[in-house]
Amino acid sequence: MYSVNYHRANSVADAAKLLKTGDAKLLSGGMTLIPAMKTRLAAPSDLVDVSRIAALKGVKVSGKTVTIGAATTHFEVSTDAKLQKACPALAELASMIGDPAVRHRGTIGGSIANNDPAADYPAAMVALGATIVTNKREIAADKFFKGLFETVLKDGEVVTSVSFTAPAKAAYQKFRNPASRYAIVGVFVAKGKATGKDDVRVAVTGAGDSGVFRAKTIEAALAKSFDPAVVAGAKVSADSLMTDMHASADYRANLISVMAKRAVAAANG
Amino acid sequence: MSDISLSVNGRQVRATVEDRTLLVHFLREHQGLTGTHVGCDTSQCGACVVHVDGKAVKSCSMLAAQASGSTVVTIEGIANGADLHPVQAAFKEHHGLQCGFCTPGMIMTATDMISRHPEGLDEATVRAELEGNICRCTGYHNIVKAILAASQAMSKASKPKAKKAA
Amino acid sequence: MGMEGIGARVTRKEDKRFITGSGRYVDDMVVPGMKHAVFVRSPHAHAQIKKIDVKGAQAMPGVIAVLTGKELKADGIGNLICGWMIHSKDGSPMKMGAWSPLAFDRVRYVGDAVAIVIADTKGEARDAAEAVEVTYKELKAVVDAVKALEKGAPQLHPEADGNLIFDWEIGDAKATDAAIKAAHHVTRMKIVNNRLVPNAMEPRAALGHYDKGDDHYTCWTTSQNPHVARLVMSAFYNVAPENKLRVIAPDVGGGFGSKIFIYPEEVVCLWASKKAGVPVKWVADRTESFLTDAHGRDHHSTVEMAFDKNNRITGLKVDTVANLGAYMSLFSSSVPTYLYATLLSGQYNIPAIHANVRTVYTNTAPVDAYRGAGRPEATYLLERTMETAARELGVSPAELRRANFITQFPHQTPVIMCYDAGDYGASLDAAMKAADYAGFAKRRDKARKAGKLRGIGMSCYIEACGIAPSAAVGSLGAGVGLWESAEVRVNAVGTIEVLTGSHSHGQGHETTFAQLVAGRFGVPIDSISIVHGDTDKVQMGMGTYGSRSGAVGMSAIVKALDKVEAKAKKIAAHLLEADEGDIVIENGALKVAGTDKNVPWFQMALAAYTAHNLPGGMEAGLKETAFYDPTNFTFPAGCYICEVEVDPETGVTEIIQFVAADDFGNIINPMIVEGQVHGGIAQGVGQAMLEGAYYDPSGQLLTASYMDYTMPRADDLPSFKVSTSNTPCPGNPLGIKGCGEAGAIGSPPAVINALTDALGIADFTMPASPSRVWAAAQKH
Repeated sequence: MYSVNYHRANSVADAAKLLKTGDAKLLSGGMTLIPAMKTRLAAPSDLVDVSRIAALKGVKVSGKTVTIGAATTHFEVSTDAKLQKACPALAELASMIGDPAVRHRGTIGGSIANNDPAADYPAAMVALGATIVTNKREIAADKFFKGLFETVLKDGEVVTSVSFTAPAKAAYQKFRNPASRYAIVGVFVAKGKATGKDDVRVAVTGAGDSGVFRAKTIEAALAKSFDPAVVAGAKVSADSLMTDMHASADYRANLISVMAKRAVAAANG
Repeated sequence: MSDISLSVNGRQVRATVEDRTLLVHFLREHQGLTGTHVGCDTSQCGACVVHVDGKAVKSCSMLAAQASGSTVVTIEGIANGADLHPVQAAFKEHHGLQCGFCTPGMIMTATDMISRHPEGLDEATVRAELEGNICRCTGYHNIVKAILAASQAMSKASKPKAKKAA
Repeated sequence: MGMEGIGARVTRKEDKRFITGSGRYVDDMVVPGMKHAVFVRSPHAHAQIKKIDVKGAQAMPGVIAVLTGKELKADGIGNLICGWMIHSKDGSPMKMGAWSPLAFDRVRYVGDAVAIVIADTKGEARDAAEAVEVTYKELKAVVDAVKALEKGAPQLHPEADGNLIFDWEIGDAKATDAAIKAAHHVTRMKIVNNRLVPNAMEPRAALGHYDKGDDHYTCWTTSQNPHVARLVMSAFYNVAPENKLRVIAPDVGGGFGSKIFIYPEEVVCLWASKKAGVPVKWVADRTESFLTDAHGRDHHSTVEMAFDKNNRITGLKVDTVANLGAYMSLFSSSVPTYLYATLLSGQYNIPAIHANVRTVYTNTAPVDAYRGAGRPEATYLLERTMETAARELGVSPAELRRANFITQFPHQTPVIMCYDAGDYGASLDAAMKAADYAGFAKRRDKARKAGKLRGIGMSCYIEACGIAPSAAVGSLGAGVGLWESAEVRVNAVGTIEVLTGSHSHGQGHETTFAQLVAGRFGVPIDSISIVHGDTDKVQMGMGTYGSRSGAVGMSAIVKALDKVEAKAKKIAAHLLEADEGDIVIENGALKVAGTDKNVPWFQMALAAYTAHNLPGGMEAGLKETAFYDPTNFTFPAGCYICEVEVDPETGVTEIIQFVAADDFGNIINPMIVEGQVHGGIAQGVGQAMLEGAYYDPSGQLLTASYMDYTMPRADDLPSFKVSTSNTPCPGNPLGIKGCGEAGAIGSPPAVINALTDALGIADFTMPASPSRVWAAAQKH
């Protein structure tokens, strides 16, 4: 790791101010940033630690509205009793991220701000039609994620929470890279209460060559009938999927189909 | 440089460290607690697992400065004097270690796992929960056996107490 | 023999320090004034070094020295060598290319070391290493051994025309060709044995300390054989004469072969310690380990197996190309030759065998022994071929094997080895029973109804361990003898120290070796200490590899114990005024047989050291040394059965059960032996299902961290069903065969035989990762 200056922010305002120092980066759980710094792939001049800001922590459920503070750890999300009731699929997704030690440190805000193309949360955010709240604005998840490791976040902007309306049905199915255990394909399926357009949202992580995306063909099929059997007829093209040593685009296309089918089955209970 | 203050194995410790110092290096090089190991660069092997504020974390993926104000427990701090922690005893009893390099991380992960599963553990859960700990010697067979045995031993030991409290 | 002697499941004495965080590994060592080293490594697989500019780096904060290969060479440090001479079939010696510990004119693989930077902290050393400016002229690289042999391939070493190191053969080509010609059936296969990275959890490390006052070097290193390291560094690398060089291998976090070899880093750290005037510590990070630890396997072979009309094997012909990487590592030449082709008879009566082996340089990490070393390659080739033959012949895989088993011992194979004892049918029966082989069809049908594909496969392996008779290996080209030493010191109060040349890095010697002594003299196991891993304490030893610590290392201890016992009995007889022949040792006392006259063990020991009343002419003290040289290899063997279930939608392959039935000869501690088998199976299953080292065509290692190299994790594996049915080894005093490598040798073909059975396909190249299995299932 290169030399770096560590700052601990006491508030969001404090963090925003500290972010103006040199080439500063926010540090939350550090589960991606610290390893990247260790291998010298990331070299911020300053780190602004937001993980102890109380205002950024915790899960709130009010009616159907779920709000999760950005510095809430995966472990806290996965074990939150209110969330397990309101949106068990998201709690379960959190329990599938990394390993127990990683879940104790890694946070939802850190994960979505980093937008690793193989991270789990982006799929949930997009499928749930979540809103990403920052110290400056509110951003729809559909517009928040941009390509690989990129978001619409501007300099000095701090993700403070995410919020969404709990779906009627949802499930996440993850197919892990056998080595890294990140998603080769992760499919989050959510069904709202309404009918028609946008009632069913299917978001895919780990597979797209420009990050998380919605599988519109599968969404259309499921909007007609929320049944695992219809997924097979709504194949995803391999054209814009990644190929690497662990999985070809064709294999990923197949896995999207299989994971979507299994997610629908799980969502239906 | 950062001035840090934290509790390590029950003792309050103060130090001035380079900001880039990882918690694992602080423990090994500044505190002489060499039981915590480094086996990879990518936070995957788990040889460095310690407890920070009661939770298992990878000390290779956390700055010492981030741990300032926290309570850290390492493999050196879990035995009760000369009495081994039940997980330590189970690893010995069931031959859950060979070269010993991954063992401290395994034991710290196992104690955390057992405490998060007061309802008890089964083999599949133990194997899934060991995702972040790699062992090259044992094939995990006896590690799984040791953790299951320790979990049972600890639940037996804690039950009479629970009754008393009730 | 009691609760602590031979055969008892004694929990390990060494565990206390490991479970309490008190183990002492090289990275835990601190020497006053110690500084930290980082190596500058080649980012190119093949390049000329035009210039190395260290000025900028030298000026960086905390930097003490930046040293290069030119300085190393100027100081007379020698090139690294391969210590086993193999001659090609035309009589020419193997072509050993020059391997400087620090490259100065040319780099030949990504990770080749070109300079060492020494600084106050590791962080500063790394900062400065980035500031060392190396100007390279890139050359074309070749990573595939078969391609490296082609005309026009990039050439690695001027010494080795066409990248060919040697073209070697064993067996009778004429007789084998005749058998194939006359065969009723011939099974032909192409077999790839995938390249692996050993991945001991403790990365390699070295701490070199030159003491100016004494003109003496100490090297703490992650070694399986510190004495061999000292011998080689002294005799060949010109670091220091043996009396001025102490090598210590303290607690070592796993080896699996990869820590046998003497690597550039320990040599350079020792030299740099003198040059820079400070103790120098280097610890590999994991990616450095991936790039520079000796890799394993990487064979491409073709095989023809001939059968007569009764399904008896009549001949076996094998052609193998083995990738040895950029340089010849210490024992690299022996692995694809005498540790491989000599095992091609397997458990079978094969009248004619011929194998041809070509070894090749490529722009990849050096390849050398990894758990099993040659024997897994032989077993995989043979057992995949047997399985395929059974399918082609339409007979049961078990019965085809059984019909060809060797049943009479000793058995001389056509490829050097003389098997001394075994009962292959017993292992096969035990494994089939434990696996409920007969019930498989029902399980398969049930799985099919659930949309899953089940398969079952077996593997009957044999290996040669307990390496090895010195005269025999000497005649085959080995540069060293493969005996082992032991020294038994009985202290004045009766406690015992056993000094052994074997090294324990997970195998539990501190327990099993103590069990041997406890059983022999009836003294408490806690009164016995096993000392190993330090050239200043143990006179000489050959170390731990090739499942040799029990069969060879313990045999040396037995020899020393024989001498101790003889002297102890003499002393006791004198004290008890009895005849020496009437003295027996029981429960910690020396007794006159048939009487109640006795002298406790500790009193006898005290008498040896007070020397007030010893038999006339007897020397004081009680300490004996022995060197044991084995008379033959040992031949552990067994049968492994694997049952898998494939999810055809995803290619995920689950191991439903894995059964191992082994014959290890006599067993000292069943708990430790089972642990060795578990670990070996995990590595074998890892090779079959998860692991593989891949280079891109330019020579970049694509699997250089745990993000891309799939290590077996707990949820990849089942619990294993292991058992033993043992025929004692007649070749050594304890009847031990060895158990360290069997699991890794026997398991890969069992897994792939099961997988190809499930998928109904003829062949599959390891590893069976989900994407590859899915692709294979699509084609089918």
